[in-house]
Amino acid sequence: MSLSQQAIALATLSRKEYDRVVRIWLQTVLPPAINMGLYFLIFGNLIGSRIGQMGGFDYRQYIAPGLIMMAVITNSYGNVVSSFFSAKIHRHLEEMLVAPMSAATIVLGHMAGGIVRGVLVGLMVAVVARLFTPLPLVHPLTTASVFLLCAAIFSLAGLINGILAKHFDDISIIPSFVLQPLTYLGGVFYSIALLPDLAQQLSKLNPILYIVNAFRYGMLGVSDIDIGAAFAMMLVSLAVLFAVCVMLLERGTRIRE
Amino acid sequence: MHALSVRQLVKVYANGVQALAGIDLDVPRGDFCALLGPNGAGKTSLIGIVTSLVRKTSGEVSVFGHDLDRELNAVKSAIGVVPQEINLNLWDKVSNIVVNQAGFYGVPPARARRRAEICLRQLQLWDKRHDSARTLSGGMKRRLMIARALMHEPELLILDEPTAGVDIEIRRSMWEFLRETNAAGTTIILTTHYLEEAENLCRHVAIIDHGRVVVDDRMATVLARLQQQDFLLTLREAITFLPALPGFDARQVSDHEIEVAVPRSRPLNELFAELSAAGLEVVSLRNKANRLEELFMKLTERKDRTPAGRIEEALQ
Repeated sequence: MSLSQQAIALATLSRKEYDRVVRIWLQTVLPPAINMGLYFLIFGNLIGSRIGQMGGFDYRQYIAPGLIMMAVITNSYGNVVSSFFSAKIHRHLEEMLVAPMSAATIVLGHMAGGIVRGVLVGLMVAVVARLFTPLPLVHPLTTASVFLLCAAIFSLAGLINGILAKHFDDISIIPSFVLQPLTYLGGVFYSIALLPDLAQQLSKLNPILYIVNAFRYGMLGVSDIDIGAAFAMMLVSLAVLFAVCVMLLERGTRIRE
Repeated sequence: MHALSVRQLVKVYANGVQALAGIDLDVPRGDFCALLGPNGAGKTSLIGIVTSLVRKTSGEVSVFGHDLDRELNAVKSAIGVVPQEINLNLWDKVSNIVVNQAGFYGVPPARARRRAEICLRQLQLWDKRHDSARTLSGGMKRRLMIARALMHEPELLILDEPTAGVDIEIRRSMWEFLRETNAAGTTIILTTHYLEEAENLCRHVAIIDHGRVVVDDRMATVLARLQQQDFLLTLREAITFLPALPGFDARQVSDHEIEVAVPRSRPLNELFAELSAAGLEVVSLRNKANRLEELFMKLTERKDRTPAGRIEEALQ
């Protein structure tokens, strides 16, 4: 297929994924907004009012960027892993596999779907957060870049999970036992400056810490992590994950018999 | 140039099962080919490899001269496939399913929508275009898979049991559609368990058994080589026992019905002469089974013999 035909295939797949997100908005967009509302209510208003300030900001304001990123991470990942695995299990993935779409096109199309859901949910959570606390935007370009990079990275991670998963259990193990702990330990609710030295060093091995802090820097102008290092980590992760997705699809790992 | 050319194709699955044991097969351009075989013979593995859903172990496959290994995209573009299992996104709308499929082949949206109308009308699904696929009947889902496979106007259409579980009226309308599609120039490869279907539609037959092609010839040639036909005769008067019919192998089925095996070397007139001599008046006559089915059963049921031995015996 020519480049323009690949572009048509990419637009088709992206549109298909977008339609899926919108069609099942009660499952995809609304629950995260309600969840995050509860986080703000409990951790922000009830407990946060006793914590006072963190990093020079009201606690509710301090945790808002992290909670937005948490929603983006969970939903970008969840969207792609469930969409791809469902297509694999119900075999309509074959619609794409028999067509002359390149592996890169299939990866980009699914990534687009994950970004759409991540962005929609992130914006919903930001609206909910705004009901509880003012949300400054110190570096808008940084904020938008991290927002999109985060959604793209976790869409690709979700795609790898979807490709490798054999059973429904396999698509919930990573989110429950890897993603969620790393997110909670990734500086969403606290500054790593509060941790002892060893814990601080260990925290710096957690990629989510870089994303949360880069986003917090974009919104509030404060970060525990060097922003250059955070962007480098995100760009390298994006490139590596993209290459792994393409390689797995081209090899047909767990897809072609 | 052949629509499909397969050489020494071998498939051994990870669990050690050998599905294909060195298949050679040529399907000429414009052909209507029946690919037959019992369950587990290797038909679906062969189709899976040709459509790139299954990785071959060794051997060569080319489609309209394009090699599967070196020109995969050209091979994919030339093929439309209707799988055995329903593999539709059942939550999607009928029109979205076909338009998206065209998009996956790089067909621009406006052309895809025009093509969708043509295909859905041809397969009597246009009225259902706004419905979710899950609301369609089994026959409609199968027709939708055919429409989907035709969206990018493939030169080779491969159908893996497209009429399984479809009622006879819809099956016959699908036959008509497939005949028209083939007449318009599309090469068709069909697997089916309805051997009457293969006999009615196809000009070429390949029978696979135990991962090997045991018959590969023109349908007419294969059928002409069958040496015997079985007839069921309905008698005007009831009989309590069957009189001898010299030269024919006959048995009583019921008081009004007998079954007679007629060697191809003997004209039916001789049978009727014997029936008259025995005082039996026949009011109707029909083939006991379709002829291809006889051959198929002979080839595939005798597990105590090698495929080569069975084919030799069946065609004697």
